[in-house]
Amino acid sequence: MPKQRWVEISVGGFMLLGILALVFMALKVSGLTMNADRNSFQVEAYFGDIGGLKPRSKVTLAGVTVGRVAAIELDEEWFEARVVLEMNSSLQGKLSKDTAAAIQTAGLLGDNYISLTPGIEDEMLGPGDTLRDTQSALILEQLINQFITNSSRD
Amino acid sequence: MLDLLAGLGRKQLDILAALGRSGIFIFQSLVGWPKSTEALSLWVRQVYSIGVLSLIIIVVSGLFIGMVLALQGYTILVDFGAEQALGQMVALSLTRELAPVVAALLFAGRAGSALTAEIGLMKATEQLSSMEMIGVDPLKRIVAPRLLAGFFALPLLTLVFAMVGVGGGWLVGVDWLGVDGGAFWSNMQSAVGFQQDVINGVIKSLVFALAVTWIAVFQGYDLVPTSEGISRATTKTVVYSSLVILGLDFILTALMFSNI
Repeated sequence: MPKQRWVEISVGGFMLLGILALVFMALKVSGLTMNADRNSFQVEAYFGDIGGLKPRSKVTLAGVTVGRVAAIELDEEWFEARVVLEMNSSLQGKLSKDTAAAIQTAGLLGDNYISLTPGIEDEMLGPGDTLRDTQSALILEQLINQFITNSSRD
Repeated sequence: MLDLLAGLGRKQLDILAALGRSGIFIFQSLVGWPKSTEALSLWVRQVYSIGVLSLIIIVVSGLFIGMVLALQGYTILVDFGAEQALGQMVALSLTRELAPVVAALLFAGRAGSALTAEIGLMKATEQLSSMEMIGVDPLKRIVAPRLLAGFFALPLLTLVFAMVGVGGGWLVGVDWLGVDGGAFWSNMQSAVGFQQDVINGVIKSLVFALAVTWIAVFQGYDLVPTSEGISRATTKTVVYSSLVILGLDFILTALMFSNI
């Protein structure tokens, strides 16, 4: 067995390496950020069909990610999907109230995400507000179906 | 016919008794473990021989597994023009499955067998009983530091394995095959969740650590004190540990990842 001092030093190095690995896995691999939840505000939007949208999907404005989908649930009164969006707080008070939300697909087979289009109203969007102007997901199978039935009718 | 039945029953009872002995054994060695500085230095010594000395095999195999994952994944993904997803494939398969399982299997082979042989030889040369004679409890002095060192070392080794594996994947994917580095990391970060993947991987490896060290130390403590008994117990340690790791992995995966 080697000397106790060398043993202690190497065990200390081993622990340090383990902590380093945990930090690496947290920051570099899983992209954990410390203050993601604090600097955000939530708005709601109702969609007739959300397609393949999932919690943690992206919310973009002009292609730039400005937030994430926090929760999706069924509104049992109107049978629509109620989607809660978590937006960067830097946008609070800068987006107009008639901002439009549309569910889009990245590429032909990619993930669904929500794209926002700013409106023109003077009143600004705040925490807890609801987006009125929404557009449901485009479902490829339905389009193809429609196309086939239309062309067979001709 | 009756003899056969009686023998079968006796065998079952033996297995049950061994299970009971192992439960009493781990309870007795861990309850009331002294928290003195001497106990700490015994523990540090065991972390050295179990953890630090296993580091080389973990780092080398982690590097090569990450590299081979990237190479295989690239040849498949490039057919679909999806080689951007290489980072996410390498990182997810490492954090969820490969790092906990392969590190635990290597740990069972490298450290578990050594634990069994060491304690077994102590028992065969009657060091354990002479310790009892002079009033030192071998469960507290020999067994407990080894158990606790094993519980501590394997999760750290798993994290190191995953880190080195991702590094190896980066080396092959980005440096050699020319996948875009930015897409490699950003796809990985959007796909891997800290809690659902990294923390669950660590929980997995903690469970494996409990199982492997328990099996290894108990096999050493409970063996027939002959040279043949030691060799048989060492074999049993590796076989049982590997089977338990793979079985538990299925259960844990079903619990953790089936709804994602």
